[in-house]
Amino acid sequence: MNDNVLEKLKTLAESAKYDVSCASSGTTRGHKAGMVGSASGWGICHSFAEDGRCIALLKIMLTNYCMYDCAYCINRRSNDIKRATLSVSELVELTMEFYRRNYIEGLFLSSGVVRSPDYTMERLVRIVKDLRTVHRYNGYIHLKSIPGASRELVDEAGLYADRMSVNIEIPNEQSLQALAPEKDFKSVFTPMQYIKQGSLQSIEERKHYRHAPRYVPAGQSTQMIVGATPERDKDILTLSSALYQDPSMKRVYYSGYIHVNTNDTRLPAVSKPPLVRENRLYQADWLLRFYQFSVDEIVDDAFPDLDLEVDPKLSWALRHPEKFPVDVNTADYELILRVPGIGVKSANLIVTSRRFGHISSWQLKKMGVVMKKAQYFLTCRELPIRTIHELTPERVKRILTKGSNNSMNTQYTIQFPDD
Amino acid sequence: MIAYKYDKSFEGLLSAVFEAYASKKFPDVLLGENDLPPLFCDEMVEIVTDEERSTRVWKGLERRISKSALYTLPDCWLSELPDVDMLIFRYIRKAIDASQSIEMNFGDPDVMQLAKIWRSVIKERERVMQFVRFQKTADGLFFSCIEPAFNVLPITLSHFIDRFHDQKWIIYDAKRDYGFYYDLTTATEVHFDDKQWDDRGFLSESVADMDEKLFQQLWKGYFDSMAIKERLNPRLHKRNLPVRFWKYLPEKR
Repeated sequence: MNDNVLEKLKTLAESAKYDVSCASSGTTRGHKAGMVGSASGWGICHSFAEDGRCIALLKIMLTNYCMYDCAYCINRRSNDIKRATLSVSELVELTMEFYRRNYIEGLFLSSGVVRSPDYTMERLVRIVKDLRTVHRYNGYIHLKSIPGASRELVDEAGLYADRMSVNIEIPNEQSLQALAPEKDFKSVFTPMQYIKQGSLQSIEERKHYRHAPRYVPAGQSTQMIVGATPERDKDILTLSSALYQDPSMKRVYYSGYIHVNTNDTRLPAVSKPPLVRENRLYQADWLLRFYQFSVDEIVDDAFPDLDLEVDPKLSWALRHPEKFPVDVNTADYELILRVPGIGVKSANLIVTSRRFGHISSWQLKKMGVVMKKAQYFLTCRELPIRTIHELTPERVKRILTKGSNNSMNTQYTIQFPDD
Repeated sequence: MIAYKYDKSFEGLLSAVFEAYASKKFPDVLLGENDLPPLFCDEMVEIVTDEERSTRVWKGLERRISKSALYTLPDCWLSELPDVDMLIFRYIRKAIDASQSIEMNFGDPDVMQLAKIWRSVIKERERVMQFVRFQKTADGLFFSCIEPAFNVLPITLSHFIDRFHDQKWIIYDAKRDYGFYYDLTTATEVHFDDKQWDDRGFLSESVADMDEKLFQQLWKGYFDSMAIKERLNPRLHKRNLPVRFWKYLPEKR
């Protein structure tokens, strides 16, 4: 360990940071005799970078040399950047020492493709195997699967890693081919299939044999770049929704496109990453996973893009006034969950508490319901309030977007006095 | 107005509950041993902390509310908020008097308030798990200093013992001036009079391990290069990583 390592660490972290995934959740594992570390089911973020993103894992590349030339990637072959490679002992020592100091929750290991996908994958697998069997490391490991890697290697990696991921990056095959000529959907989806099959097989085996090995217990994740290609939100969300049909797919990440390769004309020259759009996509993703929405409720042919002004749940509610107002004292959980301003937590609180007596609006406020939004969409056995029907959806939208310093709201509107 | 005076311990509070039900006189205020009595105080009852009585109250509660709800009470106690004892007292009274378990009745302001306090205590516990930073000493001990808003160290121990069970460590609460030392078998409470660390919790060079400084530099270097310049967001950064913890973090040095 010396200053040389510091330089390498900086270079390789710079190269790895555009990968969004940093979750350390999904596996609960207590300590094992003779091993170091544990994994906590909900994940722990140990620090937060100045851009507000969590740093839970030592996110690093084994090497940032790469034989591919993907237009969106900072590490592509044709870029003139500082290149470095960590030795196995350096990487292992960094991980163990950081872990023992409680800096990190585990390791996120990725790599540029050198020589061939299998050659690279084999080196990655060797490192995680070493960490687990020689250095007796029991913490979290997230391993990138190299697109195009063979089945044997993916299967072996799954025995040591907690989570694996293959990035789709571009949600449309033609666009992907245009930007990354060495890649196609097959090279991405095949390892994904391997991981899914391995995981299902392991779950089945563990039902019969208690000590059968676990295979990527925290499942897999993937990532899509938003804003680099002309895909609409509908395309992106339909693909995510299809991916979530796979039980091992835990997360799809969206990464607002950052224009890193400024001299490439195939890509839009955006000065700022599309952060609002990225945020709306995550909100829609949450609706898919926790709010029992289906993808065609969020986006369809008439509304192929998410509304940037209001969140997708509010936008759905404004398009469907006929479903409201919802009576919180009698309605089903699923319907309460659809009210803008009520989340999973407060919906659960409402459903459990109403067995003891009626819920009033001040109690809702105490439970954490955002009444500013929710008031137009619910009733709770009090004096009739002005709901979306009295006010019309357009007016509700105007009221709720008023005051937000959104640059789109520059048009003047006539303010009617509240009657 | 009836006031109870007790020793400000959780067992003392449970003994107070016992006393209230035994004498059928319920307090309007709970006072610590050195607090002044309020104006218009009709009666002042001195509570003696009695293990037998507090255990009886605890056992009675076990029959009335579920275990998970019951164990939130000592957690809420750790928040050390000024009025939390009266809140817990009212909660226990409601639990005892009600015909069915009250733990799910979040329409009740006391139940809701206590649930909120519990959530913030658990959040603070998580923050300790997140932001504890160990420094290695020359004799192989891992030392860390932190200032949590609530007294949550006792409920983080199980996590740290599980994770770092093969290394000796100390986690020290600088605000409350006590800590826990884990010697590979059990964690014991410790208190230091001569502190060998500076006011930001960093060990002096004479006791720190040779490589300690290097690893702190490596970590800071890694931390700095992780931020994406195009996405800088100081507000989000501060919300996730509260400024009150910065003092003890090597990456924020």
